[in-house]
Amino acid sequence: MKKKIAMYWGAGCGGCDVSLLGIHEKLLDVLEKADIVFWPCATDFKYEDLEKMEDGEIDIAFYNGAIRTEENEKIAKLLRKKSKILVAYGSCATEGCVIGLANLYDRDEIFNAVYLDNETTPNEKKIIPQGMEKEGIELPEFLPSLKTLEQVVKVDAAIPGCPPPSPVLEEALNALLEGRTEFGKEVALCDECPRKDTKPDKIEIERFYRWHEKEDDGSCFLAQGMICMGPATRAGCGGECTSAGIPCTGCMGPVPKVENQGIAMLSAIASIIEDMDEEKERAVMESIKDMVGTFYKFSTAKLLPYGRFKDES
Amino acid sequence: MAKRIGIFVCHCGINIAGVVDVERVAKEMASYPGVAFSTTYQYMCSEPGQNLIRQKIEEENLDAVVIAACSPSMHEETFRNVCGEYFNPHMCEMANIREQCSWVHDSEEATEKAFKVLKATVEKLRGNEDLEPIFVPVEKRCLVIGGGIAGIQAALDIADAGHEVILVEKEPSIGGRMAQLSETFPTLDCSQCILTPKMVAVARHPNIKLMAYSEVIDISGYVGNFNVKILKKPRYVDEDKCTVCGDCEDVCPAIVPNEFDMSKKARKAIYIPFPQAVPSTYTIDREACLGLAPLACAQCKEACEADAINYDMQPEIVEEKVGAIIVATGYDLYDKERLVEYGYGEDDDIITSLEFERMLSASGPTGGKIIKPSTGEEPKKVVFIQCAGSRDRKHMPYCSSICCMYTAKHAMLYKHAVHDGEAYIFYIDIRATGKDYEEFIARVMEEERINYIRGKVAKIYREGDKIVVWGVDTLTGKKVEIKADMVVLAMAVIGREETRDIAKLLKVAVGEGNFLKESHPKLKPVEALSRGIYFAGCAQGPKDIPATVAQASAAASKVLAMFSRDKLEKDPMVAVVDEEHCSGCGICISVCPYGAMQRQPNGKAKCIEALCEGCGTCAAACPSNNIEMKNYSDSQIKRMVEVVI
Repeated sequence: MKKKIAMYWGAGCGGCDVSLLGIHEKLLDVLEKADIVFWPCATDFKYEDLEKMEDGEIDIAFYNGAIRTEENEKIAKLLRKKSKILVAYGSCATEGCVIGLANLYDRDEIFNAVYLDNETTPNEKKIIPQGMEKEGIELPEFLPSLKTLEQVVKVDAAIPGCPPPSPVLEEALNALLEGRTEFGKEVALCDECPRKDTKPDKIEIERFYRWHEKEDDGSCFLAQGMICMGPATRAGCGGECTSAGIPCTGCMGPVPKVENQGIAMLSAIASIIEDMDEEKERAVMESIKDMVGTFYKFSTAKLLPYGRFKDES
Repeated sequence: MAKRIGIFVCHCGINIAGVVDVERVAKEMASYPGVAFSTTYQYMCSEPGQNLIRQKIEEENLDAVVIAACSPSMHEETFRNVCGEYFNPHMCEMANIREQCSWVHDSEEATEKAFKVLKATVEKLRGNEDLEPIFVPVEKRCLVIGGGIAGIQAALDIADAGHEVILVEKEPSIGGRMAQLSETFPTLDCSQCILTPKMVAVARHPNIKLMAYSEVIDISGYVGNFNVKILKKPRYVDEDKCTVCGDCEDVCPAIVPNEFDMSKKARKAIYIPFPQAVPSTYTIDREACLGLAPLACAQCKEACEADAINYDMQPEIVEEKVGAIIVATGYDLYDKERLVEYGYGEDDDIITSLEFERMLSASGPTGGKIIKPSTGEEPKKVVFIQCAGSRDRKHMPYCSSICCMYTAKHAMLYKHAVHDGEAYIFYIDIRATGKDYEEFIARVMEEERINYIRGKVAKIYREGDKIVVWGVDTLTGKKVEIKADMVVLAMAVIGREETRDIAKLLKVAVGEGNFLKESHPKLKPVEALSRGIYFAGCAQGPKDIPATVAQASAAASKVLAMFSRDKLEKDPMVAVVDEEHCSGCGICISVCPYGAMQRQPNGKAKCIEALCEGCGTCAAACPSNNIEMKNYSDSQIKRMVEVVI
């Protein structure tokens, strides 16, 4: 019997939906084994259709995007109820992704930046689109912080990546259709990086370069002094970015044994800074612009579900 | 797994018991999960204390023991030996309630912390596994890198003890800096006269394989089992055939400066750096030679009756297996061109101490005659400047250690040669800490009528045929201006640049001034952090000849101690890599201070157990969390942290 699958787009850029199409003709193989019963982005299903389904009627539901609004949260809970297996699809659903960096700010700060203090957004009436209703249509409430899927409902499996690279996705879909919820590689990216053989015996860093500050000589980025998250990032993409001349930023998240990708990479980086005095060491670390954005680009929301800690005193 | 743990709380006299409530600690810990027995004793490390442990292990049928006492660095070995009589010694752990509790906290705090430390140690112990010591075979041959006095002494000591030594020197001859010196302080022995017998001994020693004009290009392996690749540079002269008759040199048309004479004398393209060179043979300097081919110039080949010259000689790579390595790569002088205040060394009459040393030498460029380089006249007024580049934050911050002594010697020898000459020495302090050194300085000051001026020279410039030296005498507070014929700079001693290359091959650390970093500045001054590697001479830091020779012998004795056993035993507390999940990122290889983490052909990391000291740096740095320390697994550490907080 064909499986019933669903795909939902939460708070995200839409790249995840596109990535499902990105497996090209392989999608036909999937459709041979499964019927799509809900996919707002590609098919004409409404929320009512979803609500009408029996609990657990959907075999596999893919949720992409994070939980940013009441609507996201409501559908996440609904999908959970209606599905046997709920899959966090992509970095936003799994870890919060780039938009999770919003958890460094509170709701008011975000609204001020987006709607009021933003020079390119004329807003003379100073409208903040919250609590509005027109012709029976309500704008959903913006939640105090961004959450990952797992922070809202129980999740059975996760497909990492921003968006999940085709090989990762293919393996995941095959596994899920066979009823397995564990899949993916358990090693870090270096294992499959095309630059792997250029690694020197000893990586020593005297200073860090941002990507545009140094000409790439084609060798291991880290050895060149450019921060590459590869050593702390789960393999699977085949080194798409590093083969295209761009250091890994860590979208695949940490390897299964590691909880906190940023701290894993930071302690590795701190260890390979060349023997120098404290002052120089500090200068080197300060040469890393945007610590959070570098090491926690994808996992801020996972680690800060309630937003930034504020010292009330 | 430990099921019946015994806890032994030590009073350490009043060291612990005076602060920590040891009786309460012992009593309450007795009911902690997994603990079968608990007691206290006055001095656990004493013979009766050790016997108490033995007795209780038997009576209470204990299978693991925690000693709550001092730091494990003090007595872990003592207690593990006692416990080793009954069960695996790794089932004995120490909880440090002295340095970490009684010595640093108030009574109540200390007692509370003692509980925490003990609980954490019990939790760790419950996760411990039996470990067997690791044995490593030893190749009883030693590689000595550098053929100066340090390398020579170390090589002779080891060879005399009956072990084979491979002595590698990159120059055509061994001898190093000491061969360049004229006379040595404070006894004024002729440097070459006391050195050359040792050089000859090296050449003749059946246990020494001398590889001069060679360089170490690759080192792999680990303590007891190093694989070394040595590049033998072609001399284009057969060492065995050359009779050192000098006919080749006479006819050679290519003339270049002789490095041995600090380039103050000429030599031919085919040359022997100095007459007593070992090995005693000519060498063709490929760079200077007109062609190494009969068509270009073959005058030397035609002149050589011994038929020793071979233009087709090729570089050769020799592979050797050794068990230990001594690095004795020596020193260089700080570049005088970097001393802005002393005229960048552009003036012919401003020379370095080593250039002056060659000038003093009977075999040197002037035959021992002291001359003003620009004119060849006898200099009547010479200024010696100490600490040129040393003890100077703009250059090298450290003291070069030997300059006070040799400058005094220089001034003395100058006065002996030029009776009516005037010598001035600018100094910061006089450091004469060796045996008979202070007496030597006193003699120079009093008998030789040298003008010692305490102060730094601010500026040197040329005025006509004189060099004007400006300085301040800080004792009188007056400005000093001397119109000198010649200035000698006691340049800072720095480690050779090549030391860095060798250190990279050996994966040992190099500090300021290119000096090798020893394992412990006081207690392990000749050992590298990585086992099986030792240092001798100025490669480790500036030092004089007696200290160099002593350190060389010390390094040799370390090697001999190692060679006295067939196998090395080492602590099995090592890192373990989960190879299946290793991505080969190389972070652990980069951070391991012992060179124990190595890349395998499949790209994954592997811990060479013989080299691992169990520091855990790799485990902390691994971004995939794939490295664990034996008996310090993540689950153990997690449990320890849980019970502490």
